[in-house]
Amino acid sequence: MRIEPGERVLLLGESGAGKSTFLHALAGVVGDDEGEAEGSLLVDGEHPAAHRGRTGLVIQDPDSQVILERVGDDVAFGCENLGVPRDEIWRRVHHSLDQVGLDVALDRNTSALSGGQKQRLALAGVLAMQPGLIVLDEPTANLDPHGVTEVRDAVIRVAESTGATIVVVEHRVSVWSDVVNRVVVLAAGGGAIADGTPSDVLSRQGEELAARGVWVPQFPPPRPQRMTRPAQETLLTTHALGVGRSKRAVAHPHDLTIPSSHALAITGPNGSGKSTLALTLGGLLAPVSGAVVARPMLAAGAGEHPIRWKSRELLTRIGTVFQDPEHQLLTSTVRAELEVGPRALGLDKAEVDVRVDELLTRLRLDRLANANPFTLSGGEKRRLSVATSLATRPRMLVLDEPTFGQDSRTWSELLALLARLVDEGSTVVAVSHDREFVDALADSTVTLT
Amino acid sequence: MISIASVNPVAKLGAGLIVSLFLIVTIDGVSAGTALVLELAIIAFLGIEPKRFWLRTLPVWAAAPLTALTILLYGRYDGTVYFEFLLISISDGSIELAIATFLRVLAIGLPAVVLFISIDPTDFADGLAQRLRVPDRFVLGALAAVRMVGLFLDDWHSLELARRARGVADRGRIRRIAGQGFALLVLSIRRGSKLSIAMEARGFGGDTPRTWARESRWATAEWCTLGVGTLVGLIATVVAVFTGSWNLIVG
Repeated sequence: MRIEPGERVLLLGESGAGKSTFLHALAGVVGDDEGEAEGSLLVDGEHPAAHRGRTGLVIQDPDSQVILERVGDDVAFGCENLGVPRDEIWRRVHHSLDQVGLDVALDRNTSALSGGQKQRLALAGVLAMQPGLIVLDEPTANLDPHGVTEVRDAVIRVAESTGATIVVVEHRVSVWSDVVNRVVVLAAGGGAIADGTPSDVLSRQGEELAARGVWVPQFPPPRPQRMTRPAQETLLTTHALGVGRSKRAVAHPHDLTIPSSHALAITGPNGSGKSTLALTLGGLLAPVSGAVVARPMLAAGAGEHPIRWKSRELLTRIGTVFQDPEHQLLTSTVRAELEVGPRALGLDKAEVDVRVDELLTRLRLDRLANANPFTLSGGEKRRLSVATSLATRPRMLVLDEPTFGQDSRTWSELLALLARLVDEGSTVVAVSHDREFVDALADSTVTLT
Repeated sequence: MISIASVNPVAKLGAGLIVSLFLIVTIDGVSAGTALVLELAIIAFLGIEPKRFWLRTLPVWAAAPLTALTILLYGRYDGTVYFEFLLISISDGSIELAIATFLRVLAIGLPAVVLFISIDPTDFADGLAQRLRVPDRFVLGALAAVRMVGLFLDDWHSLELARRARGVADRGRIRRIAGQGFALLVLSIRRGSKLSIAMEARGFGGDTPRTWARESRWATAEWCTLGVGTLVGLIATVVAVFTGSWNLIVG
C-alpha cells in the first residue's frame, strides 16, 4: 500500500484488524518490545521513528493526551521537543490554535476544556510541529454531536490550509466520507479488502462493511420493533430534585415520574449534569436537595429512599451501567464477573450457573468466558458491563452513554436487548447523546440544559 | 506590598531551605524565636489574604503544639522534675526543649507553606529544568503525572460508586478498599501508558536538545529572595550565639 502526499485516507475495518496499531506504527510510537513486526513501513522513505515530528498522532481519549496544564504550553510541547527556537514556537502556537478554531487564553487551564476542545487542542499541538502526515485514531468517538462537528471541521481546515496528508480511523463513515478522497478497508487477517474512492468502496462494499459493524450511511443498523404496552404502575418519582457530586447542585431537573415497562432518555449538552442525574436516580449519589422516592413496586420493602438501601438491596431493584466499563470490573475472568451479583444475592450455585450461561450466550460472550475482562475490546467490555447488571434482574436499569464509541453491530444488539427488556416489563433509563438511539428506544425524554 | 507570586519558585524553595538549614543545626528557643519574629514581619508585608493564610498554615499551627507536647512529656530529663508517671516525666529540661521545638516547627513550617502556596507547578518545573539543570525527562514526566492526580480522584470516586452498584459494598470494608486501590493502580497504569504515547508522538524523549517556550527568569528579585532567607537565618544565629543559647547539634 502506498499513500501519496496530500491524500486523505479513511481507514476502516472490524475491531482486531489492527487499525490502531497501524496508526501507531506510522507515528513511530510502537516499541520493539510490543509484539512482532514483519514487513516494512516507511515514511518519506525512512523508518518512522527516525522522523520524530514528521507525523502527528491524535488519539481517541481526550483526557489522556492533554500533557500540560496551560493551553499555550501544551501546544508548545512538541515544538520544544523538536528544538524549535523560542520566538518561532509562540508564532506557531498562535497560528495552530487559530487554525483549529480554539479561541481561549494561552494560560487557560487545560482540564477546564470540553472534550471537543481537548481534541482540537491535541490537533493544534500536532499542527505546531508542522508535520507532513497527521494520523487520527477515532478522534471523535468519545464526543457529543457538537464536539464531533467541531473536531471534524478543524481537521478539514487544517488539511486544506497545510496540504498535510491525513489518515483517519473511524467507525462512523458519515462523519468523514465527504472529507476524505480515499477509503481503505483492512482485513482482520492482514492486508486490505477494499481500496478506492469513498463512493466507489461504499457502493461496492457498503453492505458487507455494515454487516461487520462499520457505520455506512446507506445501510443503517436494524432497529427493533416495539410492542405497545398497557398502562403501567409508577416505580420512581422525584420531587424538587437537585443533583450534584459535592454540596453544590449542578442540575435541577423537573419532577420525574418513571413508570414500569418504560424507556426514559436523558439528553443535554456536555456538563449539564446528565451523568450526575443518572447516578442519583440509580441510588448511588445522594440528592443535594429534594428527593428521589421509590414507590412500593420498586422498593419492595426496602424503604423509599434508594440512597439508603444497602448495596445488596440495589441489585434486584436498580442496576447501573457506568460510562466507563472499566470502573465496574471486579474480577479476573468474564464468568467470575457475571457471578459477582448473583453470588452477593446468595443464590445457590446451580441458579448462578443458569443465569451466567444464559447471559454469556445472549450477549455473545460465551467464547470469552475465561478471558480477562480488561483485555476485551470496547464493544465486548460494554456488553459485559450490561450483562453484569442484568444478572441480578433489576426492575430498573440505568445506563450512562451505552452506545459511546460502539460499532454499528454492538449498537443494534444493545438496542434490541434494551427494547426487549422494556417490552418484558423492566424500565430503562439511559443517558445518551446518540439521537438515533434515543429515537429508536425512548418512550419519553428529559432534556437538561 | 511585595509580590512574591512572580518570584522564581526555585528561589522560593532555596530561601526556605536556607532558613531551615540555619535552624536545623541548633536546638534552642532563641534562634527559632528570632527567626519566627522576622518571618512573621516579612509575611505581613507579602499581602496574603488573612483567611487564605490561616487556612493553609493551619496544619503547621496544629503540628507545632502537638510535637511540643510529645517532647514535654517524653523529652530530656533534666533539672527540677514537676511530674512523673510511668514513662512520662515533665522536667526543666523537657519544658525548655518543648518550647524550642514549638518555635522551631513554626519557624520552619510557616515560611515553607507561605512560599509554596504561591508556587505554580509549571513554573516550578521550568525553574528546575532550566535553572537547576534537573533532567527534563524527569521534570516533564513528573509534571504530566501531577496533572493526572485530578483524574485519579474522579476514578476513585467512580470505583467506589461502581462497587455499591455491583452489590459488594456492604461488608469487608478493608478488603474492598484494597481491591479498589488495586483497580485504581490498573487504571492509572493504562492512563499513564496512553499519556506516554501522546508525549512520545510529540517528539518527547528524542535526541534533539530541547528548547523552552518560556524562559525561567532569574534576576534581582530571585537573588533578593535568597538574600532575605540568608539574612533571617544569620540574624537568628547571631542573636542565639550572643545570648549563649546557640548549641550546635551536629558533632
